[in-house]
Amino acid sequence: MLSFLAKRLLATLPVLLVVAVAVFMIVRLTPGDPAAVIGGNSATSEDLDRIRAQLGLTQPLWQQFRLWGGAVLQGDLGHSFFMNKPVVELIAQRMEPTLSLAAGTLLLAIVLALPLGTLAAWRMGSWLDKAVMAFSVAGFSVPVFVVGYVLIYVMALQLHWFPVQGYRRLEAGVWPWLHQLILPCLTLSVTYVALLARVTRAAVSEALTEDYIRTARAKGITELAVLTHHALRNAAVPVITVIGVSAALLLGGVVVTETVYAIPGLGQLTVDAVLNRDFPVLQGVVLFFALAYVLINLLVDLSYLFLDPRIRY
Amino acid sequence: MSNWNKLWRNSAVRLGCAVLAVLLLLAVLAPWLGTFDPSAMDPSFISVAAGTRGEVTLPDGQTLQHVFWMGSDNFGRDIWSRVLFGTRVSLGVGLCTAVLAITGGCLLGMLAGYFRPVDAVVMRLVDGMMAIPAVLVAITLVAMLGASLPTVILAIAVPEIPRVTRLVRALVMGLRDEPFVEAARALASSNLTILWRDILPNALAPLIVQGTFIAASAVLTEAILSFLGLGLPADVPTWGNIMAEGRVQFAQSPGNVMFPALFLVPTVLAINLLGDGLRDVLDPKFSKRA
Repeated sequence: MLSFLAKRLLATLPVLLVVAVAVFMIVRLTPGDPAAVIGGNSATSEDLDRIRAQLGLTQPLWQQFRLWGGAVLQGDLGHSFFMNKPVVELIAQRMEPTLSLAAGTLLLAIVLALPLGTLAAWRMGSWLDKAVMAFSVAGFSVPVFVVGYVLIYVMALQLHWFPVQGYRRLEAGVWPWLHQLILPCLTLSVTYVALLARVTRAAVSEALTEDYIRTARAKGITELAVLTHHALRNAAVPVITVIGVSAALLLGGVVVTETVYAIPGLGQLTVDAVLNRDFPVLQGVVLFFALAYVLINLLVDLSYLFLDPRIRY
Repeated sequence: MSNWNKLWRNSAVRLGCAVLAVLLLLAVLAPWLGTFDPSAMDPSFISVAAGTRGEVTLPDGQTLQHVFWMGSDNFGRDIWSRVLFGTRVSLGVGLCTAVLAITGGCLLGMLAGYFRPVDAVVMRLVDGMMAIPAVLVAITLVAMLGASLPTVILAIAVPEIPRVTRLVRALVMGLRDEPFVEAARALASSNLTILWRDILPNALAPLIVQGTFIAASAVLTEAILSFLGLGLPADVPTWGNIMAEGRVQFAQSPGNVMFPALFLVPTVLAINLLGDGLRDVLDPKFSKRA
């Protein structure tokens, strides 16, 4: 188990290295003087001189990477000259809304998709199955922001069930926080429900053909127990795998959803950074999201141990 | 039964093709379908409701009788004209992105799958690239290169390349030791010839399927980028740009967001349906897996 963990962590190193080089090169490959690119429009000439010294711009590229990488490893992602703050501080401030949105979406998607996919597999060819399959094609064809605006129009502007836009911090109370979060999570979960329901359906339908399902039914246990304890449980591995692989989809969707609902999270930070050409922030956010992706997939790999007792590392 | 017959008997393919044919017609015939210059602004028709009739003054001083089928935006531009001309941009971006991503992924994937020493390096690069969400890669590339039609297409294509690379690599590795490849090698064909003449044609079917899905997601991503204000310049009529401008006054006139969506969603749906159908017919092994 420990040696597996060590090996698995070791395997993420090349990925992180490639990501780091890519993020490092963002500034170097943008046309123009790297110091000016990092400083943006709001940097003074003293700022620019300081940046040049800091980055070692007169040294060879790999030396510059070493300097930059060393700083990143110590938690120094640079300084936003536009917002006049360290990038790490900006990311930390924006983390709560984004984490709430991502976690809420994932939870909602699992709660909706697993029963739908299981039922569709159980009664394959039924109207429910056809509806789930149609939804899983459609869910992939509707952009997140269109779903968002339809939901805002119906649920907020017409029915007044939910606030239109914005975010309430968790410290303002659990209910206000949740109330504001439901529409954005519902919006972002559409793609995810489509994907997960499809995978669940495929995995459960495969499990249902196995001998142990016949045995379980022969024992006379209820159909519900057959589905949940035997079929769904054995379908868990492919479903969790897809959650990991599509984590990039979730993180990308966060950026769009936050814009639609005016949620002051990392997504908005990203969009603002690009509009203001605030490259240190952009680098920090890309690095952060890639790290989150790697972490999620690490957790997914570890979860196999609990989901499938046959897997031993 | 030939593949063409099988394709034609597949209802998803037929529906997808029909919708795309209509869209293509609309895109080509846009100038003759009751539209005028999609960038022309008439200050006397700002944010009018759908169905408003009136005499529009064009920038060159000409006037014409016009019906604003989908209303106008807050610059006094005709939404119907912008949506129809936006069809050209969306379909073009989808097609170009798919071709670019497939070509790039093919080159990398064939290198990695066929030449073992290159494999490790290319695959580490691919793994690293896949850790960054596609939308972020696209956003970052647009920020670096500036927003124009070629850069936006490139920005959308680049994050798709790793997935194509993986697919092609797997296909090539499966084909590399097939008897017909060994025969070609025995005949002293060069590696390049083998890749081009023996391996590529056998990998074509899954690539066409993958290309269709890339085109669908490219149309979506272009709209997302434009919607975020990070895509094509705001004066270019694209569905994403129309929606981006419409979102400011969404509560008063939701049509400015919804009318482009009524084109965008069926387009992506049609391409996805076409892809599903193509996969069932051309790549039955894969369709069982998914």
